Amino acid sequence: MPFSIPKEEFMEPGNTACHGCGATMSMRFVLKALGKDTVVSVPASCWAVIPGAMPNRTLDVPMVYTPFAATGASISGLREALDEQGKEDYNVVGFAGDGGTSDIGLQSLSGAMERGHNVFYIMYDNEGYMNTGVQRSGSTPYGAATTTTPVGKYRHFKRQNKKMIADLMMAQKVPYVATATVAYPEDLVRKIQNARKIQGPKFFQILSPCPTGWYFSPEKTVEISRLAVQTHMFPLFEYINGTFKLNKPSKPLGVRAYLEQQNRFTHLTDEEIEEIQSHTDERWAELLKLEKDQLTA
Amino acid sequence: MNRTVQKYNTIMTGNEAVAVGVKLSRVRFISAYPITPQTTIVEKLAQMVADRELNSRYVEVESEHSAMASVMASELTGIRSYTATSSHGLLYMHEMLHWVAGQRLPVVMSVVNRAIGPPWNIWSDQSDTMSQKDTGWMQVYCESNQEALDTIIMGYKIAENSDILLPLMSMEDAFVLSHTTEPVNIPEQKVVDDFLPELDLSFRIDTDRPMGYGSYSPPDGPFMELKKDMHDSMEKSRKVIRKVTEEFAEATGRDYSGLVEEYLMDDAEYALIASGSLASTGKYVVQKMREKGLKVGLLRIRFFRPFPGEEIRKAVKGLKGVGVIDRSLAFGEKGNTYLEVAGSLYGKRDTPLYGFVAGLGGRDVKIEDFEEMMSIMKNREPGSYWINVRGGE
Repeated sequence: MPFSIPKEEFMEPGNTACHGCGATMSMRFVLKALGKDTVVSVPASCWAVIPGAMPNRTLDVPMVYTPFAATGASISGLREALDEQGKEDYNVVGFAGDGGTSDIGLQSLSGAMERGHNVFYIMYDNEGYMNTGVQRSGSTPYGAATTTTPVGKYRHFKRQNKKMIADLMMAQKVPYVATATVAYPEDLVRKIQNARKIQGPKFFQILSPCPTGWYFSPEKTVEISRLAVQTHMFPLFEYINGTFKLNKPSKPLGVRAYLEQQNRFTHLTDEEIEEIQSHTDERWAELLKLEKDQLTA
Repeated sequence: MNRTVQKYNTIMTGNEAVAVGVKLSRVRFISAYPITPQTTIVEKLAQMVADRELNSRYVEVESEHSAMASVMASELTGIRSYTATSSHGLLYMHEMLHWVAGQRLPVVMSVVNRAIGPPWNIWSDQSDTMSQKDTGWMQVYCESNQEALDTIIMGYKIAENSDILLPLMSMEDAFVLSHTTEPVNIPEQKVVDDFLPELDLSFRIDTDRPMGYGSYSPPDGPFMELKKDMHDSMEKSRKVIRKVTEEFAEATGRDYSGLVEEYLMDDAEYALIASGSLASTGKYVVQKMREKGLKVGLLRIRFFRPFPGEEIRKAVKGLKGVGVIDRSLAFGEKGNTYLEVAGSLYGKRDTPLYGFVAGLGGRDVKIEDFEEMMSIMKNREPGSYWINVRGGE
């Protein structure tokens, strides 16, 4: 089988990311899939720091820094202004963290998707405000300890489930919605290339494990990413113009295999892990049903 | 203003005049969110785009923050971009104003000056733009619909000057200008085209020349030098403003005389300092008082940023009293213009200085209010006074 990931690099060696950073891998694969004529807009996030201080840069494409809440608006402006100048062949990409997407940037994202600009919006999901020091976001999963949901004398981990941002995008009938993660780069690149054929907004949620904030060893990023999929805790799917397709791992595992690798979850009791297992099973069943119903409809 | 050439060819509201100024400036990207009393600007522009009277992209964003964020992105690609807002909308943009200035983008924005709640109030007041005076934007307060139109065109020329590259906001008073019809002269497109060339932004986005736009700088990086450069450009803009208003006068016959307008100041003993449409009432009162033998003049502040300290020092030299009228105030201090004037005069002029806080939330500032200000200047100690407020000053 030929190697399906383009060899060309648009991320130079040398950046300030933590060892084992999933977000850098996400950016690298996205740019490989899109190529040179790409403009990336990045809000306040790890990725605003990763390229290093001015005048350094690590990307071989123009990178527009933008305030936290404004990614959706920034790519709207870039797209329309480039089209106005006949540069329809440029890819316009918003590359935002989960806080910048599902919390402070949600209004701007929703507006950009609703207006239907021909853009990519990529949420690199590391499940918290990692750049500011591992605080809880709407995308932090149930059970995780963060610096603002610490496990103290009275146990206070995150009590709410992860915000279902890709579901919101599907509910809004965004033409292309997909989830991906760095352990499956061929799937990720293939999805970006599929999305490229779609005129209109494209939304990606890429699980980008964070050794610093999830408290695991940096060499395990890919392993954790793979376990997230195998345990059904981060299902991979693709939704193209209303058609939903779920990637089904060949050897599903229990959630414990994923949780026990990360110190953000080590405080959980057996009952709490059971709760996560049953929530994960419910979610998986929902997604299977979604796929099945549309096939029989 | 030099009033020798005033050939009006139509009548229109301030907001219509602004939209015409935008069209004549050949803006190619507009993004806006509606707020009273800005709405008729963006409605008119939407209609112009729909009729292909104006060839521009028009993005109807979901907030003012997004309006300015998309304008920033658009301007970075190298095309002339525009938005308009008012009041709470401007405050919602606050973060983006710093960004656009810091990215050195010559955006022009119209602001219809309106009060800030609570209580909700849609009427004329300068609190909105005064709270944005330190964002790195040039600020112009217009007095007439004609000036509102002309300032858009001059604004782009000043902002896009390669020595300046700072954004500019042009103000008109809520309803008094925005929704009131006045005679206006619309310049010919060719005159504007000759005056205002196409934008050529040297650092525009280009995938053959990838750059980072706005990455970070540590304390020993270029941060402080970049801020100083913004300040230096703001200082340099004084000269550019004077030059551009002169060029505009040559092109159209309308002379806005730089950063300020002097009215009957030559032999004045007392002066009022005002901005916006309050200056029009002020001029009328000054004229009436002159008829009664009182030597009074008026200095109208057009540019608040850069602040015309030099012009003010020159104008007030030797006067018996100067009264600064403010339609906004710094709580716990005094009127915003008063404070800036006082700062400009400190250590250089000992002219007795009076501050008048008037017309907040659109309260009418009437002829008798101006007469009261004059009476205070003649009979009372220098200081700050409230005008026409219930419960006493």
